[in-house]
Order: sequence, then C-alpha cells, then structure tokens
Amino acid sequence: MSGLAARFELERGAFTLDVDFELPARGVTTLSGPSGSGKTTILRCLAGLERPRSGSLSLDGERWFDSVGGLDRPPHRRSVGYVTQTAHLFPHLDVRDNLLFGLRRVRERAPALSLESLAEPLGLRSLLERSVANLSGGERQRVAIGRALLASPRLLLLDEPVSALDLAAKGEVLEAIERVLCDLTVPCIYVSHDLREAARLADRMIWLDGGRIVAQGPVRDVISNPRLPFAQDEDAESLLIGKVTAIDQEAGLACVAFPGGELWIATTELPHEAEVRVQIRARDVSIALERPKAISVLNILPGTITDLTQVKASPSQVLVSLEVGQSRLLSRITRRSARELGLTVGLHAWALVKSAAITK
Amino acid sequence: MDLSPFWLSIRLSITVTAILLLLGLPLAWWLARTRSPARAFVEAVVALPLVLPPTVLGFYLLLLLGPKGPLGPLLEALDLRLVFSFPGLVVGSVIYSLPFVVNPLKNTFREIPEGQLESAATLGAGPLDRFLRVVLPLSASGAVTAAVMGFAHTLGEFGVVLMIGGNIPGETQVVSIAIYDHVEQLEYAEAHVYSAGLLVFSMVVLVLLYSSGRARRQARFR
Repeated sequence: MSGLAARFELERGAFTLDVDFELPARGVTTLSGPSGSGKTTILRCLAGLERPRSGSLSLDGERWFDSVGGLDRPPHRRSVGYVTQTAHLFPHLDVRDNLLFGLRRVRERAPALSLESLAEPLGLRSLLERSVANLSGGERQRVAIGRALLASPRLLLLDEPVSALDLAAKGEVLEAIERVLCDLTVPCIYVSHDLREAARLADRMIWLDGGRIVAQGPVRDVISNPRLPFAQDEDAESLLIGKVTAIDQEAGLACVAFPGGELWIATTELPHEAEVRVQIRARDVSIALERPKAISVLNILPGTITDLTQVKASPSQVLVSLEVGQSRLLSRITRRSARELGLTVGLHAWALVKSAAITK
Repeated sequence: MDLSPFWLSIRLSITVTAILLLLGLPLAWWLARTRSPARAFVEAVVALPLVLPPTVLGFYLLLLLGPKGPLGPLLEALDLRLVFSFPGLVVGSVIYSLPFVVNPLKNTFREIPEGQLESAATLGAGPLDRFLRVVLPLSASGAVTAAVMGFAHTLGEFGVVLMIGGNIPGETQVVSIAIYDHVEQLEYAEAHVYSAGLLVFSMVVLVLLYSSGRARRQARFR
C-alpha cells in the first residue's frame, strides 16, 4: 500500500487526541483547526517525537509505529522532514553546513535532491557562506526548509512555517514553499490557520477540532463547507480549480473551465491550458432566481441551492451554498434578500460573480 | 627548595580533570534531561561535597577504602592500595570536585533548546551523533568552565587529600598540604613561595576563563 496511514490515540491532561487518517503517496494536505485542537501533536506523533498511547503508523506499507507490537521507530530512523515556526538552525554551523546536516546522514539510498537543485527555488545561493546568527526571519525559514528537504524525507511536515514572520517575509517564504512543493514526490502535511495559504498550497484538507477530525477531503470541498469555521469567516471563499481555455487579450480576460462551468477572470498572464486555482469570496457572489439580462456581471452560473446557514457573527446575513456542476460556490447575502427571494434548499438559482472581484 | 609538591598537585589536577570530564559529561547530560525520579537523589549525592566538611568525606573514604573497610578485600584482590597513595588522592579528589564540573555542564546543557535536538533527530542524527555534533559544540564554553573549575578546585583541595592521602613527600604531599606543613614548622618563607604560586596561578586561570567565556557566550542561540 502506498501513502501514509495513521491512527493515534493519546491523552494529555484534559486533552484527548483520537484521529485516523490516510494520505496519498504525494500531494499537500493542510491540517487546520482551532488552537489546541491537536495539530502539532499529530505532527509530533508522525515524526516520532511524541509517543501515542495507542495506534499505528505506516508509510508505503512500512510500519513506523504500532502500539500492539510495541514498535516505535525513533525519529532519526523515520526520514521525516519537520519544519516548525522556529527554524532551530544550528548556531555553531554556517548556512551551508546547516543545509548539509541531514544530507550527510541519508542512509540506504541516494539523496533525492542536491544543494544545487534547491539553491534557486529557495533563494539560498547568496546565503551559503553566512553565519546563521545574522539571517533574517524569512531567510532562516528558507534555510530550515532546505535543510529538511535535503535530508530526502519520505514525509514532509510543515508546522505553521510562516506564521511567526512579518507580512513581507511571509509572502517571500510562501512563494519559496510553493516552488518546492510542486516538485515534491512525497506526502506533505502543512499546518496552517490561514485560509488563503491552504487554498493556495494544498490539494487536500483535514479539519481538526478538539482532537478529532471533523472533516477531510479535497481542499475545495472542505474550505467551502458551510458547517466549518472557514465559511463563517468574513473573507470566506470558495475555491474552483480549472484550466485556462481561452484568453481575450483585447479585453484582458482569461476563461477558466472548471467542473461545472466557465469563468472569466481578469488576467492574461496565464499560459493556455495552465491549471489555475480561482478563489471567489462569498461576499462577491450575488444570487438571482432568473437569469438576468442587460447586466455588467460577466459570470452568470446556474446552480442548485444545497445549504442555507446563518452567519454567526452577523445576524443580518446568511451563507448560501450553490452546487454548480461538481463544484461548490458560497454566497454571502442578507437574510432579508434570502427571505424576499424565498430561497430554500433544492431551489434552482443563478450565481453572479463579477470578474473584477476574482483573485487568482 | 623542594618543587615536588607543585608537580604532584599539577599531575593530580590534570588526572582528576580528565576523569571528571569523562564522568561528568554523561552524568550532567543525564541530569539535565532526565525525568526519572532518581534525579533528585543523584543530584543530592553529587552536591554533597559542597556542603559537607571535606574531612567528613575523607574520613568515610578512609574507612570505605581502607584494608578493613567494605571495599578492602576487593581492592586487595585487585592489588590496589588506595589509602595513603596517589590513586587514593585521585579517587577522593574526583568525588570532592564532582559538583564543580557537573553543575556548569548541567546548566549549559539545559540551555540548549529542545527544538535543536529534535531538528537534529529528524535530520537523521542518532543519540550519540546528536551529543557529539550538536550538544558538545554548543556547550564548548560550559565545558571549558567546568574543566577549569575542576582543575582549580582540585589544586586547592586540602581536607580530603590530607585524610585519605596523608602527608608523604613525593607520593601524596600536594602543595596545599606542604603549605600547612611549613606553617606548622614556622617556615614562613617556604609557605610563602607555595602560597603565592597558587594565588597567582588561580588568578591567571580565572581571568583567562572569564575573558574567553563572555566572547563565546555572545554568539549563541540567536
């Protein structure tokens, strides 16, 4: 069996962790949930830094942990890349030796990556001879990620790698992460509170609450699940993943086909056939019962209402879920509009999305 | 002027410091990291020489290691005479100076962030590898402090040495005992030479230690 299969149970005072999940052999999974929901504990159990009371863990059919057989492979024999908020670079080594620390300890197989191949995407070239004491926060995180990847991990764990950084550094490190993750051939778990990070990087998502998995699946389904806190957020959004099928140079628009329809978005910089992730804020989606005519909105998508949820933070608003083909769109409208239109589950409706409001 | 007490003191201090480092490094590492309930007991035993009069320690060592002591038959079988001999001085001094080596090491080890060691572990470094390649380099200044403290403390030791070693010139008569000997015989000139020698030596060592330790500490854990 390829991929990862994990089941962990453990108690820490009043907190109980009880999770059971599988990950495919490659791809990025975002692990999200409120503080104290057990995200870091799961990563530490995967890395072997913490021992669950019971459970099992295997990667590509190889057992790393099994409470029944008393098997617990120590962290240094697991090949796990683990990067946390704090880079934990070794202060007695320069950047190059930090990067090579894990590479020099790769056993039983050839290292998957060379320092040369990572220097470019992570922007490490100018840092190599420097002492780690005078690196910036963003530089430290890029070195930490490079160091973890050079050890040829069979599982990559990123625990909020950008959350301690300022806004500028966050953007810079996220771009670097995006560049290295797309070439990654092992499973990766990315812990994040941030909806936009998840929408940008992840293929799958696991939502954790109180030590239990509440939802998991493709990121576009989980992110727009009206029952989960992301959808309740002021900036709640739906994620559509599609391909560029046409570009209107003169209008400055690109057409993206996704399972269920087409969208025009305001960009021409994308190559033809490129896979794009289109994030649409729920606030930017209006609803009509009939297809409107003579309207400035370019994207008018037919769908069926699958859910109506009250927005907890603002009593005047409701969240409408629309099934558009195989995709889900969230729309945040006033309760009054919903009542006047008589919106109910099962009703056919049109979603109106301004091209100017769509971010790529 | 007989310089043999000087040489004996230095030989004793070097031997004891080497043994203390070999013993102290793993012991201090264990004390700094363990959650075992035995830790408090072991820490207390290590710290005993700090509070006990050296003569108490020397007295019990004399009884323990003497020919009629509990370890007497064993030592005899091994053809090892520990009382009133140089090896006896080494044993006594190692025990007496242990806290001066273990405590600075323990404090340095505790300063190393757990995350550094966990990073090293996930990067493929096993326990011994982590200790040699991460812990020791990061503890260099603490280890130097520990070694110097052990050395200097052994050099100045009196009570334990007198109890277990006696005062045999060339065999167990170290500087501190030679000073006492000369003062008792009112030979102040000789006492002065030994005393001033120790004073200057200790001062030089401490100045060197403090001036190098500060520079090294500033470069850590940023």
